[in-house]
Parts: sequence; C-alpha cells; structure tokens
Amino acid sequence: MSDVKNVLVRVRVNGELREAKVEPRTLLVDFLREHLNLTGTHVGCDTTYCGACTVILNGRTVKSCTLFAPMADGGDITTVEGLAQDGKLHSIQEAFAECHGLQCGYCTPGLLLSTLQLLKKTPKPTSEQIRKGIAGNTCRCTGYQNIFKSIRMAATEMEKH
Amino acid sequence: MYAAPFSYHRPASLQEAIKLLQDLGKEARVIAGGQSLIPLMKMRMARPAALVDINFIPGLSEIHAPKGELRFGALARHADIENSEAASAIPMVHDCAAGIADVQVRNQGTIGGSLAEADPSGDWGTALLALDTSVVCLGAKGQRIVPLEEFIKDAYTTVLAHDELVTGVHIRVPAKGSGGAHLAFKRSAPVYPTASAAVQLTLEGKDVCKDARIVLGCVGLKAIRAKEAEAELRGKALNEKNIQAAAEAARAAAEPQSDMRGSADYKRVMVATLVKRAIAIAVKRARGEHVQTGHEYVGR
Repeated sequence: MSDVKNVLVRVRVNGELREAKVEPRTLLVDFLREHLNLTGTHVGCDTTYCGACTVILNGRTVKSCTLFAPMADGGDITTVEGLAQDGKLHSIQEAFAECHGLQCGYCTPGLLLSTLQLLKKTPKPTSEQIRKGIAGNTCRCTGYQNIFKSIRMAATEMEKH
Repeated sequence: MYAAPFSYHRPASLQEAIKLLQDLGKEARVIAGGQSLIPLMKMRMARPAALVDINFIPGLSEIHAPKGELRFGALARHADIENSEAASAIPMVHDCAAGIADVQVRNQGTIGGSLAEADPSGDWGTALLALDTSVVCLGAKGQRIVPLEEFIKDAYTTVLAHDELVTGVHIRVPAKGSGGAHLAFKRSAPVYPTASAAVQLTLEGKDVCKDARIVLGCVGLKAIRAKEAEAELRGKALNEKNIQAAAEAARAAAEPQSDMRGSADYKRVMVATLVKRAIAIAVKRARGEHVQTGHEYVGR
C-alpha cells in the first residue's frame, strides 16, 4: 500500500495556477478543499448524488467527489470562490440573495455553478430547461421555488450585461 | 469515502495504454469518465491496484456519421452525444444520452466506459441492444469488432481481456420506416432507473410490424432481449391486443430483484408499462412523427 507514488496535479483554479503532490486516490473536491484551501466547494453526499461539490472543469460542470484529482491535471477549474470579481458578487449570487434562493446554504456553491453553466448555454431558459439544468443539485431547505426565481432573475440580469 | 490505494498511469497513446495494461496485469483497470467506476471504488466494491487513465489520449471523443452509421469514440461524453447533430439521426440514441443521470454526470461519463463497465442498470447497454451496435476493442493482438449482444456477458463482465480496451462504438442507422424509443423511470434525476425499456420497430405499411426489437433494462443481470415479446408483434398488426400481449411477454421475461428501487413485482409491472409506451412512441416515430421522450422522474 505504501508503494503508491504521489502524483503532481497542476490546475488553473479561478485563473490562478495551483499545484500539489497528492495520493492518486485523492478526490478532486478534497484536492480543492484540503490541498488548495478552497473550502467553498462542499462535500454533501459523497455518492455522486447531491451536487454540492459541483465545480466547472474545462467549461463543464462536474461532481468533484466523483473525479480523482489527477484526472483534472492541466485543467481549468472554476469554483464558487471564482464567481465574485473585485469584491462584487456575481449576478447569479446577487439573484440568489435577493430571491432567497438559499436557506442553510450548503448546496448553494454547487447550484451557483450549475446555474452559470445553464445560463451560458441557454441564456433564456424555459422552466423545463431550468429543472433539467439543476436536476443534479439537491436542496433540502428551499423546496426549489425560490431557486427557480433566482435563476430567472439571474438570467434577466445577465442578459443586460 | 476513499478508494483503496492504487497506482496511477497516464498513457499518451492507445499503444502505450495497452502496453501498460499488459505490464500491470489483471489488477489494473482502465478509467474513462469514471462515473460508474469511481463510486464503486469509493464503496470498495472495486479495488483495482492500478488505474490506466485514457482521458489524455487524443482523438477518442470524436463523433462521426459515415454513410448509414453512427460512430462514437470511446470517450464521447453523454452530453456530447445529447447535443450532437449527427446523433439525432437515431432518436433512441438521443433519448438515452439526454436521460442519463444529470448534467454533471453526462458531462463526464462516456459511452465507451458505460458499456465496458457493464453495470446492470447502465442505460447504454439497454438502448443500444435494440439497435445494431458493435463495440470496437483494441488489444495487443490488434483490433476486433464485437457485436454488443456478445460484448456484455454478465453483470460487470464483458469479453474484454485484461489488456484490451474499448476504442469506439458503431451503430447502424435503422432503415426508413423504422422507429424506436428508450424510456426509463427513475425516482430522481441522479439515480439509476428502476426499470427501462428500449423498443425498435420496422413497419410494413402503416400498421403492420415487420420487425421488432424489445430490450428490458435494470430488471436482470444484464439488459434482456425479450424475444417472446418481439414475436408477439413481428408480422402482426400493431393493435391494442397484440401490444398488450407483447407487454405481458416482456413482464414474463423480466428477472428483477427486489431492492431499494422497488420490489420485483413492481419492477415487472413498470417494465411492461414502459414497453407499451415505448411501442406507441416507436410506431409514431416510424411513421415520421417527431416525439420527444426519454427518462421520467419526479420533479421533471
């Protein structure tokens, strides 16, 4: 068991080059949280279900609990920490705050990134597209209605920019 | 949850991957998208001593449509297939790709990995068995193209040798006058279906079934080709009586196990219902109608 060699993983996270040498079985979410100290990405179910660990890897949302860190080597990652710019919240974050799209906030980092990918692909989503777009993100507080409101508001705001 | 320790290897070419698989021996596994394998490893139901990561090998994600065929590289992601113009030529392929789990899993999971993992609840193994599908395998002795019905032998078991891997999937585009549908029922988006059905029909005239393929998913150790159900339709009128007989035969052909997704009896009823619905949609599509369908779940 000790003959397993550690692997160097280099990624660009939120625009910044970061690297660490880790055991190959290190999950991407723990690589971000434990090795790069980016604790905004949450571990929810740890079983590929809830989507709390969602990050954007090379332009696509993935569940970072279901990737070994070396598989993301050379990749470009956006985490929740990369959304706000110069101390100003992203329109999606503003909309979630405004519409009460969160209560305990545990699922929120994942939902924000799923929303970002949805709106990049589909700037004016229908209700069905919103449902399908966040079907991989579980929220146990809100009942989703305020999340739908938040996403619709974010879509309107992002259209203006 | 953590997988048991493994050594990690990253080949830059298929030749290098095969050499690694030979050198590392039977305890090594290929990893593609990892959306089935990683959860199994985290639960310690799979404990490979080494992983050969093929994600860095260029040219394995392409989607081609040569005459009469659809060809997917092993690393074509479900989302690539869902959004591909070429893949929309076979509605069943789109039904399946767009219905697998959720956005995040579809972004990462691959068609080659899904077939090679041969999870009894995997979606591709069911949908593609209703079509003429072959799996391109490459090993030290060269390439072989294996029909899908021979490729998956049992739950989590394929004909692949330990030093062989999947490089692509070829699907023949069904003839005109043919239509199909892949339906699944799941409790929520991210989970495997409780039951699924794939039906491909070829019509003669407007109402007679010339040929039929009916496949049941998640109700056995691998996808089940329900030949008795097919026989209830082949050469016969597609009326309510014959469709009901096919659904009954499908129910009898299912071999489900009771688990957290439902009792065996419930799954038999579910799969028969899905077969009936899939036949109705396949008929409409064979007649040239555009019908949107796919996986159903609560909250959709």
